[in-house]
Amino acid sequence: MTAKTNQKIAFCVFRILGMLVVGLLFWILGFIIYNGIGVISWEFLTGYPTAGMTSGGILPAIVGTLCLIAGSSIIAFPLGILSAIYSSEYAGNGKMVQFIRVMTNNLGGVPSIIFGLFGMALFVNTLGFGDSIIAGSLTLGLLTLPLIIRTTEEALKAIPDSFRTAGLALGATKLQTINRVVLPMAFPNIITGLILSIGRVSGETAPILFTVAAYFLPKLPTGIFDQVMALPYHLYVIATSGTDLEASRPMAYGTALVLIIIVLLMNLLATALRRWFSKKVKTH
Amino acid sequence: MKLIKRCIERIVETILTAGGMITSVIILLIVIFLFKEGFGLFNSPSVEKGYSLCVNTENPIEKLNPFQIKEIFDYEIDNWKNVGGNDEEIILFRFEELFYRYSDEELGENDEFLSQKLGEIIRATPGIIAYLPTEYLSSDCSGIKVLPEAKISVGDFFGRKEWIPTAIPAPQFGVLPLILGTLWVSIFAIAIALPLGLGVAIYLSELAGEKMRKILKPTIELLAGIPSVVYGFFGLVVLVPLIQKLFHLPVGETAFAGSLILAIMALPTIITVAEDAMQNTPRAMREAGLALGANHWQTIYKVIIPYSVSGISAAVVLGIGRAIGETMAVLMVTGNAAVIPHTIFEPVRTIPATIAAELGEAPSGGAHYQALFMLGCILFLMTILISIAAEVISKNHPQRKGI
Amino acid sequence: MIEAKNVDFYYGDFHALKGISMKIENNTVTAFIGPSGCGKSTFLRLFNRMNDLIPDTRLTGECLINGQNIYDKAVDVTELRKNVGMVFQKPNPFPKTIFENIAFGLRVEGINDKNFIQQQVEESLKSAALWEEVKDKLKKSAFELSGGQQQRLCIARALAIKPDIILMDEPASALDPISTSKIEDLIHGLKENYTIVIVTHNMQQAARVSDKTGFFMLGKLVEYNDTKKMFLSPEKEETQNYITGRFG
Repeated sequence: MTAKTNQKIAFCVFRILGMLVVGLLFWILGFIIYNGIGVISWEFLTGYPTAGMTSGGILPAIVGTLCLIAGSSIIAFPLGILSAIYSSEYAGNGKMVQFIRVMTNNLGGVPSIIFGLFGMALFVNTLGFGDSIIAGSLTLGLLTLPLIIRTTEEALKAIPDSFRTAGLALGATKLQTINRVVLPMAFPNIITGLILSIGRVSGETAPILFTVAAYFLPKLPTGIFDQVMALPYHLYVIATSGTDLEASRPMAYGTALVLIIIVLLMNLLATALRRWFSKKVKTH
Repeated sequence: MKLIKRCIERIVETILTAGGMITSVIILLIVIFLFKEGFGLFNSPSVEKGYSLCVNTENPIEKLNPFQIKEIFDYEIDNWKNVGGNDEEIILFRFEELFYRYSDEELGENDEFLSQKLGEIIRATPGIIAYLPTEYLSSDCSGIKVLPEAKISVGDFFGRKEWIPTAIPAPQFGVLPLILGTLWVSIFAIAIALPLGLGVAIYLSELAGEKMRKILKPTIELLAGIPSVVYGFFGLVVLVPLIQKLFHLPVGETAFAGSLILAIMALPTIITVAEDAMQNTPRAMREAGLALGANHWQTIYKVIIPYSVSGISAAVVLGIGRAIGETMAVLMVTGNAAVIPHTIFEPVRTIPATIAAELGEAPSGGAHYQALFMLGCILFLMTILISIAAEVISKNHPQRKGI
Repeated sequence: MIEAKNVDFYYGDFHALKGISMKIENNTVTAFIGPSGCGKSTFLRLFNRMNDLIPDTRLTGECLINGQNIYDKAVDVTELRKNVGMVFQKPNPFPKTIFENIAFGLRVEGINDKNFIQQQVEESLKSAALWEEVKDKLKKSAFELSGGQQQRLCIARALAIKPDIILMDEPASALDPISTSKIEDLIHGLKENYTIVIVTHNMQQAARVSDKTGFFMLGKLVEYNDTKKMFLSPEKEETQNYITGRFG
């Protein structure tokens, strides 16, 4: 009897809790969308900030973020995929691969501000790149490596061994088997991981604070040693230390919404691609 | 042909092996660069480089620690007897004052009489303590006692409660309030997020219908990907004013606001990981519980939760790790006062927020800069410890204990 | 007494049990045999309503225990399951101590009397012929036991809540021959106090332990008879064929 009442009370609490928390999370999303949607316009997306960043657009920040996405991708994609191929296909199951995995996990747990410090010490100061796209891209690239390695490794692990054996049995070398059998099969899931890492890069602020981000720079970059504005840092600036906080609020809502849209798009894209690829595989 | 093929194979394998080491190499580099800069701090003088503190030779004081220097120049200590000297009033003398006392002619065209005048002042005032550029002390030192240059000590760094990196002449690098602030905000955040997250995980895994689950799970995962600045911005415009109003506080930017926003940010992770752990409870366990006459709720809290406890605690530990390292959101809502808070309704400052807020203004290579890197080292060690703890916990899964 | 009246059961569109009726007397051991996928386990799981856990299933007909339809709305499922214990194919002890595994059902019932629990744990372990082997390590993890011991622990765990009926779903299929014979001996001994229904794919086992045997095929109860009769002179040809090994 009491057990039954307990169950009723507990389940009631959990249902309410579930609704409440989910509601709260949606409220945040809804709040930003509701306040930001009116700000977004063609002028906002393609204009330069004006009047102490209280009006105008965010084009330099969008371009800057795109530069950082491109730069960090060039650095992190090949490195991450190489590393994942090594630990999933070559390293076996010994102490070595365990060590690598622990290291990758540890690197994944390192806070982004530490990457910022490290990037500043190594790329900006020691290598003398200064605050530049290249320094920021390198820092962000290293930051996303663990994510890329993990997803790629999972994608490779998901391919059954029978395909590898089949490839080898047909006289292909190990490398050929990986290149022509394993990688193409794992490709959709690898791509998904890469897209998610782009989503991560576009939102990171702490690593770019001291490696690339400019407070206000109303021009587009011309080379990899230029400083750029970036969306997340721009949001931070106009939310906390702009010239006129109240007046720049709409700009902040708009920037926040653009950031959210990028992240949502990346996630949707990843899901859609995965669906599409798996359909394609099935019809073959 | 075959030889070339084999050669290429070999080369690629070598490249791959090097690729496999990349994360280890990065960690090593992080350690080297962080600690190299960070430990430079303990070689830095406690008074700004190029400056010295001088007293009259009559004064029996042999040395002052950075905290005493700060208290003296803050007029908190105004008598030498408080720092172990004679009962005499302390008279502060800053280098700039020289230019009020003497005209440009008196000091000479190329400041050639400057050191001489400084010497005169110090000799004439027994209670004086003067803060001067070291270069002007060289010529005539009779009657002037230069206090020995002390280094910033490890004990002061970890033991002191004052973080005033821009104080002149002796910046204060007491890291205690920052460490406590970080822990306080993070642990309180998890204390909020854990019961909520666990509740939602139970709801999703056990109570919500299949359809509901299929919609909610990916949406919640999606929320984990929203950038922390956006959460910080939401906290700034919604939570901070709300907290200020609700609790009638002078400012809404408090530790509580930081914990709340961190809790919201940690929720998606905790929900997802805990839900996965519960879903992974073998059906045999669930059936065993039910077959013994336990009802659904009893099965949940007596079988499923204990079974998934390692997964859940790994989620908690990871959540704490994330919270400790989270920078932007916390920076935006906690008010950033570097004092040890007495309640959670006061502003605090965390380690990552301090680094983010101050590194831009700290001149490269200076003591402040090095102190911020030292903070980075502390943060790095904290998170590595937490990663290892999470690893150990998830290895401790009940199924792996024997059989 | 257990009774099934014209039971049909569906997993979605799949018709898993077709028009099954049978009666099982108290204090007997009844074995269900048949090829895999014949519905014998599904049928067994109807009697403690374990199939309720599987979504998208449907039942028609009646399952009665002591004259009460257990699928009646008024029936409390947890009370039913306390009366009808179950032992599963694979031993499934909880990741708790041996003692806590046995005490689980009692604690769930809200019993907190330490002495009583202690006494019940001992009694159940003795009934399951496990007491001598574990009495010195009750505080150790149940996972430290061997597979056969774990399965007897699960039987003891079921006994501790004092059911009238015990359902066993291939209880020895994951065990070695020695552990299997221990479990079979145990089933003999338990017959005095319990009604036991056991699903097995091992015909020798059915012949050794049961009083009556039901043979299932493709969701139908082909034949249900005294075990001796069933194995010496079955009435149906399908039974004959299965027993002599012409079906897998």
